[in-house]
Amino acid sequence: MGKVTGFKEFVRRNPAYEPVEERIRHWHEFSIPLTQEEIEIQGARCMDCGVPFCHNGCPLGNIIPDFNDQVYRGKWQQALQTLLDTSNFPEFTGRVCPAPCESACVLSINKPAVAIKAIELAIIERGFKEGWVMPQPPRNRTGKTVAVVGSGPAGLAAADQLNRAGHTVTVFERADRIGGLLRYGIPDFKLSKAVLDRRIELMMDEGVTFRTGTHVGVELPAGQIIADFDAIVLAGGSTKPRDLPIPGRDAEGVEFAMHFLTQANRRIAGDSIPEGSDVLATNKDVVVIGGGDTGSDCVGTAIRQKARSVTQIEILPKPPESRTLETPWPTHPGSRILTTSTSQAEGCERRWAVMSKEFLQDETGALRGIRAVEADWSSGRPEALPDSEHELPVQLALLAMGFLHPEHVLLDDFGVEKDDRGNCASHGYRTSREGVFTAGDMRRGQSLVVWALSEGRECALEVDSYLNGRPSLLESKTKTRSDAVLQTLR
Amino acid sequence: MQPSIHPESLYDPRYEHDACGVGFIADLNNTKSHEVVSKGIEILRNLDHRGARGVEKETGDGAGILVQLPHGFFLRECSRIGIGLPEPGDYAIGQCFLPKDQQTHQGVKDVFQRAIAELELDVLGWREVPTDHSTLGATAISGEPGIHQIIIRRPVSCRTQDEFERRLFVARKYGIRMVRETVRGAERFYLCSMSSRTIVYKGMLTADQITAFYPDLLDDTFESALALIHSRFSTNVLPTWKLAHPFRTLAHNGEINTLRGNVNWMNSRQSIISSPLFTQDEIQKMRPIIQEGSSDSGSLDNAVEFLMMGGRSLPHVMMMLIPEAWEKDPEIPENRRAFYEYHGALIEPWDGPASVAFTDGTLIGATLDRNGLRPSRYCLTDDNLLIMASEAGTLDVPAEKILRRGRLQPGKMFIASLEEGRIIPDDEIKDRICDDRPYKQWLLENKIPLAELEPPRQILQPPSRKVRTRQRVFGYTLEDLRILLAPMVKNAKEPIGSMGNDTPLAVLSKKSRNLFDYFHQLFAQVTNPPIDPIREDLVMSLVSFVGSKGNILEDGPQHANVIELPHPVLTNEDLERLRWVDRQSYQAKTISICFKAEPGRMQRALDRLRRVAEEYVLDGYEVIILTDRPVDSGHAAIPSLLAVSAVHHHLIRKGLRSQCDLVVETGEAREVHHFACLLGFGASAVNPYIAFETIEDMRLRKLLPNQLTEQEARDHYLKAIGKGLLKTMSKMGISTISSYIGAQIFEAVGLSDEVIDEYFPGTVSRIGGIDIPTIERETLMRHKAAYFDPNDDDDLELGGQYQWRLRGERHQHNPEMIHELQHAARTNDYGLYREYARIVDDPGDAPITLRHLLEFTNLDPIPIEEVEPVASIVKRFSSGAMSFGSISWEAHTTLAIAMNRLGGKSNTGEGGEDPIRYEPLPNGDSMRSAIKQVASGRFGVTANYLVNADELQIKMAQGAKPGEGGQLPGHKVDENIARVRHSTPYVELISPPPHHDIYSIEDLAQLIYDLKNSNPQARINVKLVAEVGVGTIAAGVAKAHADVILISGHDGGTGASPLSSIKHAGLPWELGVAETHQVLMQNLLRDRVVLQTDGLLRTGRDVAIATLLGAEEWGIATGALIAMGCIMMRKCHLNTCPVGVATQDKELRKLFTGEPEHVVNFFHFIAEDLREHMARLGFRTVDEMVGRVDKLAPKRDIKHYKAKQLDLARLLHFMQADGRCGTFCCVPQDHGLDKALDKQLIRIAGPAIERGEKVEETFEIRNVNRTVGTLLGQEITRRTSGEGLPEGTIRLKAVGSAGQSFMAFAPRGLTIEIEGEANDYFCKGLSGGTAILYPPKDANFNPNDNVICGNVSFYGATSGKAFILGLAGERFCVRNSGAHVVVEGVGDHGCEYMTGGRAVILGSIGRNFAAGMSGGVAYIWDEDDRARQRINTSMVDLEDIVDSEEITELKTLIEEHARVTGSERAERILATWDVQLRKFIKVMPRDYKRALARLNVEMAAVSEV
Repeated sequence: MGKVTGFKEFVRRNPAYEPVEERIRHWHEFSIPLTQEEIEIQGARCMDCGVPFCHNGCPLGNIIPDFNDQVYRGKWQQALQTLLDTSNFPEFTGRVCPAPCESACVLSINKPAVAIKAIELAIIERGFKEGWVMPQPPRNRTGKTVAVVGSGPAGLAAADQLNRAGHTVTVFERADRIGGLLRYGIPDFKLSKAVLDRRIELMMDEGVTFRTGTHVGVELPAGQIIADFDAIVLAGGSTKPRDLPIPGRDAEGVEFAMHFLTQANRRIAGDSIPEGSDVLATNKDVVVIGGGDTGSDCVGTAIRQKARSVTQIEILPKPPESRTLETPWPTHPGSRILTTSTSQAEGCERRWAVMSKEFLQDETGALRGIRAVEADWSSGRPEALPDSEHELPVQLALLAMGFLHPEHVLLDDFGVEKDDRGNCASHGYRTSREGVFTAGDMRRGQSLVVWALSEGRECALEVDSYLNGRPSLLESKTKTRSDAVLQTLR
Repeated sequence: MQPSIHPESLYDPRYEHDACGVGFIADLNNTKSHEVVSKGIEILRNLDHRGARGVEKETGDGAGILVQLPHGFFLRECSRIGIGLPEPGDYAIGQCFLPKDQQTHQGVKDVFQRAIAELELDVLGWREVPTDHSTLGATAISGEPGIHQIIIRRPVSCRTQDEFERRLFVARKYGIRMVRETVRGAERFYLCSMSSRTIVYKGMLTADQITAFYPDLLDDTFESALALIHSRFSTNVLPTWKLAHPFRTLAHNGEINTLRGNVNWMNSRQSIISSPLFTQDEIQKMRPIIQEGSSDSGSLDNAVEFLMMGGRSLPHVMMMLIPEAWEKDPEIPENRRAFYEYHGALIEPWDGPASVAFTDGTLIGATLDRNGLRPSRYCLTDDNLLIMASEAGTLDVPAEKILRRGRLQPGKMFIASLEEGRIIPDDEIKDRICDDRPYKQWLLENKIPLAELEPPRQILQPPSRKVRTRQRVFGYTLEDLRILLAPMVKNAKEPIGSMGNDTPLAVLSKKSRNLFDYFHQLFAQVTNPPIDPIREDLVMSLVSFVGSKGNILEDGPQHANVIELPHPVLTNEDLERLRWVDRQSYQAKTISICFKAEPGRMQRALDRLRRVAEEYVLDGYEVIILTDRPVDSGHAAIPSLLAVSAVHHHLIRKGLRSQCDLVVETGEAREVHHFACLLGFGASAVNPYIAFETIEDMRLRKLLPNQLTEQEARDHYLKAIGKGLLKTMSKMGISTISSYIGAQIFEAVGLSDEVIDEYFPGTVSRIGGIDIPTIERETLMRHKAAYFDPNDDDDLELGGQYQWRLRGERHQHNPEMIHELQHAARTNDYGLYREYARIVDDPGDAPITLRHLLEFTNLDPIPIEEVEPVASIVKRFSSGAMSFGSISWEAHTTLAIAMNRLGGKSNTGEGGEDPIRYEPLPNGDSMRSAIKQVASGRFGVTANYLVNADELQIKMAQGAKPGEGGQLPGHKVDENIARVRHSTPYVELISPPPHHDIYSIEDLAQLIYDLKNSNPQARINVKLVAEVGVGTIAAGVAKAHADVILISGHDGGTGASPLSSIKHAGLPWELGVAETHQVLMQNLLRDRVVLQTDGLLRTGRDVAIATLLGAEEWGIATGALIAMGCIMMRKCHLNTCPVGVATQDKELRKLFTGEPEHVVNFFHFIAEDLREHMARLGFRTVDEMVGRVDKLAPKRDIKHYKAKQLDLARLLHFMQADGRCGTFCCVPQDHGLDKALDKQLIRIAGPAIERGEKVEETFEIRNVNRTVGTLLGQEITRRTSGEGLPEGTIRLKAVGSAGQSFMAFAPRGLTIEIEGEANDYFCKGLSGGTAILYPPKDANFNPNDNVICGNVSFYGATSGKAFILGLAGERFCVRNSGAHVVVEGVGDHGCEYMTGGRAVILGSIGRNFAAGMSGGVAYIWDEDDRARQRINTSMVDLEDIVDSEEITELKTLIEEHARVTGSERAERILATWDVQLRKFIKVMPRDYKRALARLNVEMAAVSEV
């Protein structure tokens, strides 16, 4: 149970980061992990709660108290087993998850939370380092085939689970590389692509087939896939960005964040960008509109591209620095309390309650600035403060205001129903079409990587029981194998 | 008005209890006189307060008298009806209760007469006994039988009177059987006695009514040389005349805890009885040995009589059935050890608290159980009159006539022979019996300790790499390893946890649960005390025997041919020893309990199992080993508990059970509860082979402390299980494993009646449940999952029983629920509360509690405005008993302030209360807890504490650990806690399992009376925990004049408790409340008491259901804690609560953020929620809602495969109000305070109380004057804010015999001296007063041999002084924390649990002195050097007295003793002080010494600053 009095004796330690001036000169991951001994001490801070809120706060249901304890006791291999019981890719979440578990940690009521994310990462990285993470292809194949459309976190998790259950899985990806958001949405300095490749290689060794450059619904029609596979999982993500339709939107230099990030990632990967389509922040005044994670990634990327200045503006007022009655423990407050991302710490001006009114163009149609007002939220809706109108000099504006819903071409080709928000409608993880399932942002709307993993796993369970015609014996967040066996006895 | 019985309710007549006053008088000159009879009746009257009455004052629970046949009287009476009597001894008289109905009456007489004619008995005729029921109450009259005497002549075929008695015995049993079998409506037929020597007159009477009802008893010619009397206090519902005592040979005060097992074992012996004294025909006719449906006392009487008729003397039989605690007592001589050991192999003890008075017509005597939990005092006069009774002073005997006064001692036999005209000393009578046969030699030649059997050639050890699969088959989870086994192996103790059980009942669980989980441990409350198995280890024993249990009527070496098992859990080696034992007529046979793992196979396997077992027994195998080792992928095992109980009961039915022993070899058993169940349902021993394998596997995987060897790890585990078993037994008051085996001390929840009747007969199961196919399914589910994938090497499942886990068992306290509750309470947002309530109330298809299976019905909506307001509803809430000590000062006071703002009640818990909390705060808030709890530790229970209460709560049991005590380790006792608890900082505090002043229901009545005297304005509340029979106990408690009865659910919280208790003891409140309401209604007692409940009530719906089931007030503790910030860490026992609620850590306490508003909001929400339900149901007030079960119905759409098999009809039995009894409390109890002697004392003391003047006065006192000084004391305490008056302000002198609880809680300034004697609980809770006790000045006996003071004196005394010239009884100064007392000798368990004060003992001590003593000092003047070996030194050191200050203090006390009592012994000691000083032993608790040293250092540090 960790050490009984560990939380009183030890303070939280976070992984250190390379100094800003050094890290902005490269694109590599820059956090310096704690040593094994230091991580073990962090495990000792876990209080082994009677009701572990972290375990509930984690969308995957990671059994956090147990692996904390195992790490504290030096039982790393067991800790790895505990972790992999509920999580397919802890090396991703250990890097990019905003850690709702830590928000829910009981210790965080009045002290810094247990360093769960750092422990998670340490466990899986040690597992890889020691060679404990090995390809484990299923012993038996069921002979059933599954197509997973989309190779983002949800698709990969579903594929991994279904492969384990013995089904023959093919993952389709329209891009040239596997990984979806993990590949092109998240910058290298947050998630090294080597980490992603390592995992994909492992999955391939376990028997998963990947087909890149295949745009299902466009190049490969739904009918074909339905004919070829026993079940299909649609995991194409929520990729339709929210736009800012104000005057001057057509100015050159107003870009969607994801476009900017994808290009930047490709550049790092060594791809050449077609002449004239470069979107670069170098030597520009950059404004990132939107205060979320994507916005932060834009900030870090722009800084590394040596932007002249980076400003991040948010229409909402500045959030409080700590929890309020509206964001009580153990909820995950997200952006409702003030946090500073590593990218923001690298040198960006942050402004709140700023409402953009117009993109200003120069004579060539290029963006030269934004006309904005300050917002007054006292009525609950943003209203322009009198006399607050001002201009920001901007040559590159990145729209990072979230995503609306999936692109509909895929869904329409499959002929599955959509819900009110434009997401793929589902019952559980089943779409309106027999044999077609959906998971991840495509189903639930934009969310965290960890939710995508959870969706992929739970979806796989339904696919598996659909294929076998009996309750699945895959473990889920809330069911054990025995629970499944009980259902088979009914 | 009379009670009525509803068989379709939860009431179960098997759980009737009684306890009482018992006594006898005998003329040792053997002269028959009417005077003896009338004096006997006078004793009976003076014990009246120990009996009880029901709803009518005129209906008693029972009174009776046993006398020698008065020949002269019957000669005359019989001649009047034309019957000529032969000489005394040549005829017998049977005292019959006959049906009133004339026709049945005649039928019974005819059948009975014909039956006994088969035994050649001539009936001379019948005499109708004159009776006059004009003084009786309606209830008694409704059950009144016709009382007739049958007169029988000794036939010539009976050559001696003994033979005649035996014939009469057979005839009586046979006759009753024939009548019951052939005559309809003959239930009332009963024979009080049928003997040529004695006769019993008894009935459902009060002590006062007996002579009016039976004019015979007043007749001058009604003469006897002895009279045995009994006054009964029962919890009973039925108007039953036959349950009155005495029975044919005995009267009993106490309770047999192991009754179920004793009856089964006794009756299973009957197939192999033979005796030269009886023909085979007679043996057939005397069956059954124990009459089904008898009370525990009646059954004991059956057994005693049977063994006595079989040729053993009465004292011999009593020694067999109620042996003293001989195992660990070095003072027991060899011959007696051999006797007990031999008989221990022959018959299991009838275990439980007991004072049994018995007679065969010439010998009369009494014995106490091994623990001496019942008081008995005697005196002998100079004209050879012997008087023995539950209390001293029951007969007014002039002091100068008294030769000797004494008390019965635990395990000691007290016998007087009328023929020999003397009291026969214990040693003499026992030697006589023990030397009668060569028991020692028989044992030496035959008995084998297990370890001496040949070592096995091979020990089975399956391949360990398969252990994971096999663990899964038997339902092992990671929690079993981490939370149960690892701590047991590490610490050799059972693991401890905190907070209550909030997981579903096994029958509601979606997980596959082991069958053990369906059985809930029963525990002792009120009617018998639990035992402290640690501090009173000397009465406990784990030894049992396997082997021959032959013809019990015969003595001989064959009975010693047994194997002795030192521990009921067998290692693999032990088991192999037993499996391959091959001695003359002694062999074991192993039977597999496995079956082909397919649906539908288990039933067949069970049938086969029973058949095979029967065949083996018939083949002559003595040990049957049931094994599940053959489990493999194709074969699953019958749950071991089902297998063992099925075989056990099958063999009982076939009359073969006593010819073999059952041993279970199972992979299933691992925790204490599992072993308890297996033993409780008939196994003699259990081999948990997977548990051993698991431990070894854990050791190899380094999951255990590294330094342990395989052997050590196993030994630790065995030790932990052993301790746990002792604790489980002791919570029911059972001290020996041999009586626990087969005793079935469990209630089943969720098993169908068919399963129970067939495989667990005699076990209570009240809501039906699952059948064999469902049990099979649960088994197969585990089996299938375990073997599903042969290559699977995943770890075990998480479990989630002890901590919440997403994939684990469901918990009522889960993250959402806790979060929503806290959020709602903090923001005062009723909308959020609704969200919370929705989560709690509607678990979807996964019910957790019984109330989830219920829904409201017969809705009759009214506008909510018409419902009584929130403000009046919240007054009915209390917040649950949590001590300051278990929770922090901040949490405790916040809760108190909140409850006071609401007008509800907070509860001190058992840790006292700081007097500064009695003063209101400047803002008008108050931190004073309205309810002051009085628990077994009596911490901080001072007079001032008591007067500052609105309600005094007697905690009989706690939901999380009923039947257990607790302890607060020294490191948690900081200065504040110590001050409030009146103890020393850093000294460990132990709460004993029982209240040492409550061993029985009449004792509880006494404590209620004491507390009412200590604060007449306070309601007296008795807290019970739900289990079967709690309603019956509650009826007794209502009769004992409690104002409030609290029924707690098993799920209540705790600061620390063994996990097995949290999980497996007690029942949900739904059952407890419903049963209690039903039984109180049936008894017409409901309107006298407030019925309260608690145990995870969390929403308005919960409260509504509790109310409809019968509770009009409610307690919520855990919910209130959560509102204040508790997040269910379940770490209260570790002092590491990270939110400052359940911790004393100064740093952590700072983190407490709870506010009274949060709690107030929470209770307001619940009240509002309740109002909404009330409006929907159509109730305007809570009062009209109480007990309206007609508004509840079982939910119809239950889909859960187990839950849908439950039958809630008995839970929902509606007790319609019919005008005879209100359905809620509306009639105040009459506590009888106006008759208290203290009214007079208060008048006398007026000038002192009013003006501080000195007052002196003398008054007379009798044993019926109870709790003298307390009512006066509370007047003083009240007026002086607890300060008391200056020493010596009031000096009173009492002459005579003081009743119980003399000077209870008496404050400073009050001094009372008694010339005479005193009874039990002398100076309990003494709070500064001074008591002086010495024998009458004109007495002739030696005061140093004179027992002058009863048991349990100075219990929980906090300050004050006392001087006693003479001997005190058992448990002198128990839990004394401050009084300074001098006495001249004490009984067993002296200074037990003492935490402070001084005890000076100028004389002998009994066994187990200073057990659990953690503070204070005792000085023993050890003249004859016998004291040392009687002191329990596990917590104390024995020292010399060297410190001069200390010597002065001691000497001053002895000087004062000499001065105020005139003690010659004290004078003598003082005369040669320097020599005598060396004879003193100083008993110094180690903890105390350390603490004093630490305090000295701290003081020094302070003074340096």
